Amino acid sequence: MARQRREVVFVDGVRTPFGKAGPKGMYAETRADDLVVRCIRELLVRNPQLPPDRVEEVAIAATTQIGDQGLTLGRIAALLSGLPKTTPGYSIDRMCAGAMTAVASTAGMISFGAIDIAVAGGVEHMGRHPMGEGVDPNPRIVAERLVDPSALVMGKTAENLHDRYPQLTKARCDAYAVASQDKLAKAYAEGKIQPDLVPMATRSKAKGYGLAVADEPPRPGTTIADLADLKTPFRPHGRVTAGNAAGLNDGATACLLAAEETAKELGLPVKMRLVEFAFVGVEPEVMGIGPVPAAEKALAKAGMSIDDIGLFELNEAFAVQVIAFLDHFGIPDDDPRVNEYGGAIATGHPLASSGVRLMNQLAAQFAEHPEVRYGMTAMCIGIGMGGAVIWENPQHADYGKDN
Amino acid sequence: MTATADKAAAEFTDEVVTKALVQDVTMPGGAGTLALITLDNGFDHTKPNTFGPTTIAGIAEVVARLAERAAAGEIQAVGITGKPFIFAVGADLSGVPYVRAREQALEIARAGHAAYAQIMDLPVPTFAFVNGAAMGGGVEIALACDYRTISAGVPALALPEAFLGLVPGWGGCYLLPNLIGAAKALTVIIENPMNTNRMLKGPQAFKLGMADAMFAPADFLESSVAWAAKVVSGEITVERPAVDRDETAWNTAVAMAKGLVDVKTGGKSPAPYRALDLVAAARTADRATAFAAEDDALADLLMGDELRAGLYSFDLVQKRAKRPAGAPDKALARPVTKVGIVGAGLMAAQLALLFAKNMEVPVVMTDLDQERVDKGVAYVTGQLADQVTKGRMSQDTANKIGALVTGSTSKEGFADAEFVIEAVFEEIGVKKQVFAQVEEVVSAECVLASNTSSLSITEMAADLAHPERVVGFHFFNPVAVMPLLEIIPGEKTDDAALATAFAVGRALKKTTIRVKDSASFIVNRLLGRFMGEYSRIVDEGTPVAVADQAVAGIAPMPPFVLLGLVGPAIALHNSETLHRAFGDRFYVSPSLKALVEAKKAAYDPALQIPPESPVELSVADARERVLSAICEEIGLMLKDGVAQAPMDIDLAMITGAGFQFWNGGICPVLDREGISEKVLGTRLLPPGAASVPA
Repeated sequence: MARQRREVVFVDGVRTPFGKAGPKGMYAETRADDLVVRCIRELLVRNPQLPPDRVEEVAIAATTQIGDQGLTLGRIAALLSGLPKTTPGYSIDRMCAGAMTAVASTAGMISFGAIDIAVAGGVEHMGRHPMGEGVDPNPRIVAERLVDPSALVMGKTAENLHDRYPQLTKARCDAYAVASQDKLAKAYAEGKIQPDLVPMATRSKAKGYGLAVADEPPRPGTTIADLADLKTPFRPHGRVTAGNAAGLNDGATACLLAAEETAKELGLPVKMRLVEFAFVGVEPEVMGIGPVPAAEKALAKAGMSIDDIGLFELNEAFAVQVIAFLDHFGIPDDDPRVNEYGGAIATGHPLASSGVRLMNQLAAQFAEHPEVRYGMTAMCIGIGMGGAVIWENPQHADYGKDN
Repeated sequence: MTATADKAAAEFTDEVVTKALVQDVTMPGGAGTLALITLDNGFDHTKPNTFGPTTIAGIAEVVARLAERAAAGEIQAVGITGKPFIFAVGADLSGVPYVRAREQALEIARAGHAAYAQIMDLPVPTFAFVNGAAMGGGVEIALACDYRTISAGVPALALPEAFLGLVPGWGGCYLLPNLIGAAKALTVIIENPMNTNRMLKGPQAFKLGMADAMFAPADFLESSVAWAAKVVSGEITVERPAVDRDETAWNTAVAMAKGLVDVKTGGKSPAPYRALDLVAAARTADRATAFAAEDDALADLLMGDELRAGLYSFDLVQKRAKRPAGAPDKALARPVTKVGIVGAGLMAAQLALLFAKNMEVPVVMTDLDQERVDKGVAYVTGQLADQVTKGRMSQDTANKIGALVTGSTSKEGFADAEFVIEAVFEEIGVKKQVFAQVEEVVSAECVLASNTSSLSITEMAADLAHPERVVGFHFFNPVAVMPLLEIIPGEKTDDAALATAFAVGRALKKTTIRVKDSASFIVNRLLGRFMGEYSRIVDEGTPVAVADQAVAGIAPMPPFVLLGLVGPAIALHNSETLHRAFGDRFYVSPSLKALVEAKKAAYDPALQIPPESPVELSVADARERVLSAICEEIGLMLKDGVAQAPMDIDLAMITGAGFQFWNGGICPVLDREGISEKVLGTRLLPPGAASVPA
């Protein structure tokens, strides 16, 4: 019997406040698995109409899958969250796009009809698991010059992007970064970030317990002058600084995905409908350009053009990589459709968790912008990849109709 | 802090200080700021938070600051929680030996009350978030708060003071009955401690009303803060069932609890009675009066020998039991991967279950005919099935343990066992014959253990090719419940065999005590002397009621009740065995013989043979007679090296005969009542060891 493709919807998503990595960060003594478990439990609390045994898969991403991010984290997180023992889970790694891949792969399962409901998310505790922990690159990479050695250091790939596109100047990047801080500060002031956040207990042997209720990395009020003299750690007299890139962070995200009919059956909210997704590889040494071909592929498959996209949530691993995307599509650096609530430069970027943060924020913006029918979440990915996901806004008048 | 408290703190140099760390927390929903106190002594959960003088002073200091901040409008609520898995387990009692004057004791009581009263008097709502184990002063600091949340994962919550010889005297006796009513409060303050210190789990404490909300452990603190925010903002109104303040109902509850205390202590332990008085008064007392009464009770009890003896007992079971005196180096122990049991009777089957369950190695039972063997194995499978039915064991575990136990009429199955224990008829010839048969099958190093309760281990080993492997391994009935295991080396027993025996005892989770090879070892000998002297007094004409009053509080039950439990025949056999071994010190009662001949299952006053010239002792004289006899026997046992120290005698009597914790077993009673000085010319324990130092 021919199988019908099933529509997949984004029901709800949450995240922990993001912290600064390192011994002074608010999550320095908090476990990575506890961060993501907190998100999963909150999803169940916020959606009481969902019987826990209807969750049929828990896909959790982490880039460094050892210690408290190891042990088949998706399964362990399911058990720690109090989901029934019958709920399976698995771990995912696609570096920065881990959570985005968790969404894409479980959406595939739902669409295929293998499952009805999944939890997808990600976590990265970069304090406990610094980038590159335990890596062992194959010596053939150097011997056979398979990949430029700079490809393994993300900041260097960002410098490489500046080389390739000289019009992407440091000044544009700094201006973009300042805007990101400003937009996030405004969004916080207007209470637009807080609904996504799950208060998280923070343990400190020296200070006692605390409660994280807001992101730790933002630097509201940052000016272009503040950024001008920052060091360029990846290249002498380079362009990439701590000010125009995302920092090193701790945090977790999780979302609920469901078959559209199951959401209807259980009375679950529908915040977005998944239209299309694509992941594409590029030269690893300019990984930041990855979202461009990914977006093009997704748009092509959906039979859409960039003009159909009314809202963008682009991960800001580096300002240069975002403006490279905007330049390519002829979108101004300060286009109001882009990262309305600011981006990772301000909120932080706990690698594998970030994909769902983009989706949470796009979903919130959909609710505010019923006039927008389609939005896109996109991000660059280490070792030269990009990912893009197109979503449809259920508030839009034409929702559910064919294009 | 007052000068006295300073002095107490100074002397209390080894206090592990629990810090009261404070962080401000933003409550959701715009409810404002909650100052969150975390109690943390800087160690992991294996060293729980306790409260000594410096800790209490620190809490008082922190709360004073918070009072200022609350008055200034900087904080809208105060929360108290613990470190991971532990809330707080109460006062640090390791400092009690330093308390030598009542004034000092009173100061400790007052300092705790003062700090807790400060919490109660904070001008903002206060919350305890009971995240883990909570006992004594830990529970009381939670009671001092306006509201409480509790984690469903709390493994133990208790007010164990009455068990140790104290009262919950930092507000517990006043606040708890006023929170949940006298009857429920007495469950926690009296009933649980009197029942071998039973503890509550989180959900039970919640059901009793000790907490206003319960949350899952995974996000307990986050849920608690969210709940507190709703209470502060008025979104949640906490409603508690009204406390029944009817005088009759209140006093009935107290009277019922008193009945239990009478049964359990024979009126001999002051602590639970003081707690009862405080709970009785809590119905009408105001806080200041109630706290002052608690101060007095704490001071009196801290300066009483019962508490000191209780702490001595605590030390025995917590420390001495874990490092048995006279046990050889653990490294000498040989691994045991299979166990043989000679016999398949009830005792043997109980042992088979115990070994299989705790050691998880194959256990082979043997007996003379297949029918007995089958019965023994069936007992084990029946017990396991029972555990499964009661939900105490999974079917998988029952299958695993059941499959480990097999039976045979041949001893061939012992060939690869490293430990074989006999549980056959208590007759030296039979035991020797059994060991000789086993020796033909097993390796030269296999330990041969005997569960004899009275026979000589040396004699049992005498004719074997390898007498160095024989060891006494004396359990107490019921073996699954009683913690004690007496381990007896024979004359030729080597260190490897003895070390293996101790290792097996540890694996069986028993309290092991090394005892010299001698008739009836420690517990049965001392119980025999006790029962014998008691019977002698009754046979001579002292009424049972008087004799019972005389020995109240020593054993867990009156001697003739114990007789019914053990069975008159076994009791008679014991006394005859002891009489044969030691002569007239051990009395064989003709009335007991008559009871056995009449096949009675319990003491029957009708069969009591009236004395020709009755001697009726007073309660005091009767008590002195019985205690003197016990004391004389202890003196002899220590002189002959049967027990290595008075502490081993007390540990044995507590864990093997159920003697009282708050008596410190028996030696502290003999010292306290001056018996040891009269009978032996010296105390058994130095002053201060289980008593208030001079």
